[in-house]
Amino acid sequence: MNTTLVLGAIVFWLAAWGLNIWLSKQKQTRFIRVIVPVIFGITLLVVWELLVRGLNIKAVLLPPPSMIGAKFVDSLPILWADFQQTFIKGALSGYFIGCGAAFLTAIAIDRSPFLQKGLLPVGNFVAALPIIGMAPILVMWLGFGWQSKAAVVVIMVFFPMLVNTVQGLQAADHMQKDLMRTYAASYWQSLLKLRLPAAAPFIFNGLKISTTLALIGAIVAEFFGSPIVGMGFRISTEVGRLSLDMVWAEIAVAAMAGSAFYGVVSLLERAATFWHPSQRG
Amino acid sequence: MKRLWNRFGPVITVVFGIIVLWYVMAVALNSAWTIDKLGRTGGELSVVEHIADTWSQDKPKLPAPHQVVAEIWKTTVQKSITSKRSLIYHAWITLSATLAGFGLGTVLGILLAVGIVHNKAMNLSVMPWVIASQTIPILAIAPMIIVVLNAIGVTGLLPKAIISMYLSFFPVVVGMVKGFRSPDQMQLDQMRTWYASKWQTFWKLRWPSSMPYLFTSLKIGVAAALVGTIVAELPTGAVRGLGARLLAGSYYGQTIQIWSALLMAASLAAGLVAIVSLVERFTLRRMGMLR
Repeated sequence: MNTTLVLGAIVFWLAAWGLNIWLSKQKQTRFIRVIVPVIFGITLLVVWELLVRGLNIKAVLLPPPSMIGAKFVDSLPILWADFQQTFIKGALSGYFIGCGAAFLTAIAIDRSPFLQKGLLPVGNFVAALPIIGMAPILVMWLGFGWQSKAAVVVIMVFFPMLVNTVQGLQAADHMQKDLMRTYAASYWQSLLKLRLPAAAPFIFNGLKISTTLALIGAIVAEFFGSPIVGMGFRISTEVGRLSLDMVWAEIAVAAMAGSAFYGVVSLLERAATFWHPSQRG
Repeated sequence: MKRLWNRFGPVITVVFGIIVLWYVMAVALNSAWTIDKLGRTGGELSVVEHIADTWSQDKPKLPAPHQVVAEIWKTTVQKSITSKRSLIYHAWITLSATLAGFGLGTVLGILLAVGIVHNKAMNLSVMPWVIASQTIPILAIAPMIIVVLNAIGVTGLLPKAIISMYLSFFPVVVGMVKGFRSPDQMQLDQMRTWYASKWQTFWKLRWPSSMPYLFTSLKIGVAAALVGTIVAELPTGAVRGLGARLLAGSYYGQTIQIWSALLMAASLAAGLVAIVSLVERFTLRRMGMLR
């Protein structure tokens, strides 16, 4: 145990925390709102690094961030191949198919209140189930390739998306619907010009929930069988070989991909629903 | 009667439709094997016999619902609970880890939310990371945590509970921060006119008004905790628990076993969410927040 490094970690933590407390008492500018979480994140990394080195924690248990960074830079080609296999082929295609299918289903049952009343509780129920358990079955049906991962993603995102869209289509209030009727608008006109735009916040909520689900589905499905490429495959094999720096590098990729995916959908939401109170800030 | 039908009719119809679809799918997916078998043994089957065969294979691609129900009956009622073949035994392993993790995650989440609401520096520095961490596929870390904890001698229930704690923790933090902030300025001003301390404001205003948010996040959290436990059971070498049953089933092609474990997990999830909803209704009714 190296006492100076451990003490350094504690001192750094206190100093950064003090700085953050001081900063948060200043006038709340945009700069402060960005810099405070950044300082907190850097503090976590530094403390992690110093503690791992100071307490002599073995790299097979918890590698320091610098080692993970080095491994990340070293194995960029592998990480890129895994990213393509899991994220672009598995998660993204499943995401589009699943969300698209759910959206169309919601429109299709829109005219039948009976089906809606039946599907909403069932959809809510299924959304709470551990659907990820379907993964081994789908891997068995569709083989080890990316198709089975996409299928897992489709099933995982379908129900949250369906429930959100159906709820969104009911969001336009009676006054607005009555107004459309006084204009003698047809069903499709009122759907396209009033109810779909009114549903947009709900639809985007579903789309945002689905981004995380899609990535989780694609990665966990690979634990049940995959070709020798993919993020889930890499994580499970490298854990077996106890090279945890590679696992952490893969997790960093997953985290960045997940946040970027979510960020893109949020930007689209801001562009599409700029009129909604939650976006006017 | 009419009212009952209005309430439950649509749901029953949809569930019935799903079961019919399931049987049809079973015929479609299992036909190949029946035809293949016929080709080897020779002989003819009528349409009815053909369909009956697709619903009664040993290792079908998609077992028919009655096969799954029969398997569940066989592995729950007809086995003693301590037997390793009993589904109740495996479900209990999963349930205990889920509940431990869910309890820990809820307590931790509420504490962190209290800190975030009362401390400006914490709000500014921790909250963005809590939100960002929701976009990260946390489940992907599960196998690593299990292996690392096993390496330092922590085995059994605890590693699984840690993962389900991690998963149930975030919905609770986000929901409770919203809940603690839900009292509006008027109510906070009222507390100030009464010269209430921070502590009193918390217990008499913030905590009660956060209850609806608490239960909403608990429902999400308990479902997430169960998923976490099931995934956490995968890398431990398929020994015990519903996740292990899934993995073992997929290794040996025992589709009926996979489906029965899946149905068991689904009923566990449904049961847990139903219990939280019941407590929610009771509490909110006692507090006068429901109708």
